Amino acid sequence: MYVSVKGGEAAIDNAHRLLADRRRGDRSVPALTLDQIAEQLVLGVDRVMSEGSLYDRRLAALAIKQARGDLIEAIFLVRAYRTTLPRFGFAEPVDTGAMLVERRISACYKDLPGGQLLGPTFDYTHRLLDEALDGDPEVEPGETREGATEPVSRIADILGGEGLIEEEISGNDEPDDINQTPLEFPLSRAMRLQSLARGDEGFLLALGYSTQRGYARSHPFAGEIRIGEVEVEVFMPELGFAVPVGRVQLTECQMVNQFKGSAKVPPQFTRGYGLVFGQSERKAMAMALCDRALRAGELGEDIVAPAQDQEFVISHCDNVQATGFVEHLKLPHHVDFQAELGLVRTMRTQFEQAESAMENKEAAE
Amino acid sequence: MTARTQASSYNFAYLDEQTKRMIRRAILKAIAIPGYQVPFASREMPMPYGWGTGGVQVTAAILGPDDVLKVIDQGADDTTNAVSIRKFFERVADVETTTRTVDATIIQTRHRIPETPLREGQVLVYQVPIPEPLRFLEPRETETRKMHALEEYGLMHVKLYEDIARNGHIATTYAYPVKVEGRYVMDPSPTPKFDNPKMHMSEALQLFGAGREKRIYALPPHTEVVSLDFEDHPFEVQRFDKPCALCGGGQVYLDEVVLDDRGGRMFVCSDTDHCESRRAEGLRGELLGEVAQ
Amino acid sequence: MQAEASALDGGFAQPVFDAQATFRAIMDAMARPATVMQVDPRAVPPAPLQSLAGAIACTLIDPDTPVWLDSVLGDNEALRAWLAFHANARFVEAPAGAAFALVADPSAMPPLGRFAQGSQEYPDRSATLILQIESFEGGAPLTFHGPGIKGTASMAPLGLPSDFAGQWDENVSRFPRGIDLILIAGDAIACLPRSARLVEGEN
Repeated sequence: MYVSVKGGEAAIDNAHRLLADRRRGDRSVPALTLDQIAEQLVLGVDRVMSEGSLYDRRLAALAIKQARGDLIEAIFLVRAYRTTLPRFGFAEPVDTGAMLVERRISACYKDLPGGQLLGPTFDYTHRLLDEALDGDPEVEPGETREGATEPVSRIADILGGEGLIEEEISGNDEPDDINQTPLEFPLSRAMRLQSLARGDEGFLLALGYSTQRGYARSHPFAGEIRIGEVEVEVFMPELGFAVPVGRVQLTECQMVNQFKGSAKVPPQFTRGYGLVFGQSERKAMAMALCDRALRAGELGEDIVAPAQDQEFVISHCDNVQATGFVEHLKLPHHVDFQAELGLVRTMRTQFEQAESAMENKEAAE
Repeated sequence: MTARTQASSYNFAYLDEQTKRMIRRAILKAIAIPGYQVPFASREMPMPYGWGTGGVQVTAAILGPDDVLKVIDQGADDTTNAVSIRKFFERVADVETTTRTVDATIIQTRHRIPETPLREGQVLVYQVPIPEPLRFLEPRETETRKMHALEEYGLMHVKLYEDIARNGHIATTYAYPVKVEGRYVMDPSPTPKFDNPKMHMSEALQLFGAGREKRIYALPPHTEVVSLDFEDHPFEVQRFDKPCALCGGGQVYLDEVVLDDRGGRMFVCSDTDHCESRRAEGLRGELLGEVAQ
Repeated sequence: MQAEASALDGGFAQPVFDAQATFRAIMDAMARPATVMQVDPRAVPPAPLQSLAGAIACTLIDPDTPVWLDSVLGDNEALRAWLAFHANARFVEAPAGAAFALVADPSAMPPLGRFAQGSQEYPDRSATLILQIESFEGGAPLTFHGPGIKGTASMAPLGLPSDFAGQWDENVSRFPRGIDLILIAGDAIACLPRSARLVEGEN
């Protein structure tokens, strides 16, 4: 006997209860605190802040906990919260040159003013599982170099002094804002960089990788990667000057790319730029590679590879959009499926009729 | 602010006022240029993209405390996503909801248009996944926008005609493209083509929201909406051999329900409110024993 | 002091609900062109801006939408302060740069063609003009047809430019580009989107 599918409401409530139960897991295991997540899963928190476009460690930690460690789900939670926040004003551009660096490396020079500063990196660790971390072993406090409280100049500025790298001219126009303006292709570089900054790390990583393997090769050098805190300032019209409202940790990557020059421009290095919240080095580097690839049109290069294609890259780099639309295939589609079912049946009937007509004809002959 | 709902610290109908204003302006332009897709700065919503965020944003921007809201998915009020969206608005706007088409002032829908003809003053809000009717012929927005600007719809006719050449008929069964007031070719959202004629000269205002693709478009009431076709292959809607097994209703869109694994199946109204209203009037289909009238 | 007091007063008492109610009235009117509807005006702007025009401004205008004022309104400092305070309005001098225009004396306004028309690719990037007229009766009768109109709709707005019918035909001929009008008189509103066409011979 047919029972009409009812009770969607009860089913949803039950599913939510079960989800909460599974999220908590075994009750004899202590619940995670947000402090634990924010202190010990920092890079996950950084990714959520960066792709969630909201600098708030506590909320990012909360989102990770609520999302059971699913970072894209956590990013989604943060974005959905962020979008409801009223805007009080706009920050002045941050000065990464004034950054108090915790890590700063350049692959272009052996040594340079301010030095190479490795900072807290996985780079030269041997990836051997450390069973000691199954417990809570004593950890010595880290040491930082003397004088690390002084700003260090940026590689791009050093190269710029010699005129060997393209000049980055800041326009006087207000940069567009991807939150306020629907995308219109072709996009300004500001719009592209904003989109890339919140783009999916995995997607940008794969695209950046593709440029290294010949799909829009750009001869990149990691000119500089720096991680550290910068001051955020907001201009107060009442006061007539900008006042600091807080500090944020940023990762900045300046890729330096070969450029043969053109009829109008002498040979010089060009730039790809990456800037993200927190310590997100892989993302910043991938972003810089993609940014450089996306500048193909502006630099008069042929557009031959996916990473150079604005519409392709920018329309598909947002993981909140991507996961939503891919996963929406789970929703019922039976009305449309019914329509297709009817069509396939009709077409099969026509096909069979045509076949039997052909057989009859052959038999008659 | 009194408009903050008790359930949470969110604004009435979730969106902040500046976002609502932006969406409202887009809606007005959409109404003024029927069938044209107005870009808007779509927001992240607390449900995933592709699950109705465009429709939800449009509804949130127009909804007021006096509205009565109905939400359907696949024609039914009790499908999970319809339930979820209805609960969302109950929570963030404390709005009255209904399952009855005739009682609703705003109906948000995914994939169907109600069977009961809509009346003046009602607003039908469609959830749209891919608003661009030309997208599967030309993936680039820069190109499709030019095609709309120049009214260059040859590609669409070629596609439909290729169908006819290969199959003897047009093989598009849902999201069947329409032309609005002789100007814009428009995607009706993935409704079965059965519903296309209901859009033509409707008494209700029809608003379309595509959240992920950031587009809003509209059909004012009494607007000419013509399904694309050819003189020798006129547009036709789906027909079903049998009436609804529950209410006996004909000339409605039916869901096929598989009863067992031996090929047993039945057909029932996709529009659950339509079906229930008919049964409340005493009408019965084959399965419920009594024959209509 | 007087100007300051009036700049802070007269906005929406319940901004969220007043804006919603006003918007629905505009939306209904835009969806049913040339149909005169009554609206409860919920704002009290300084004269000569009418209450309903003030409510519409508070509903649709914000820092993202440059506003052009005709000289009757633009010369009034108290009014500019009111719009700046309640709608965060940003003013522009050139009609072509405005997303909205507020006009107290439509008979003396610049031709419709001087406002932003949008582009063929983006016809939505066009101006919406909010015109205060004297009345919806007593002027030259105008009959319209098009989307949103069952058959035809007529009104006789008083206070429009004398060559309005000609200007409107031109506006319609630019479709999908073109401007859209919101007309108000007292508590009454009617809209003319660019899709509303004048019926030939009857005007």
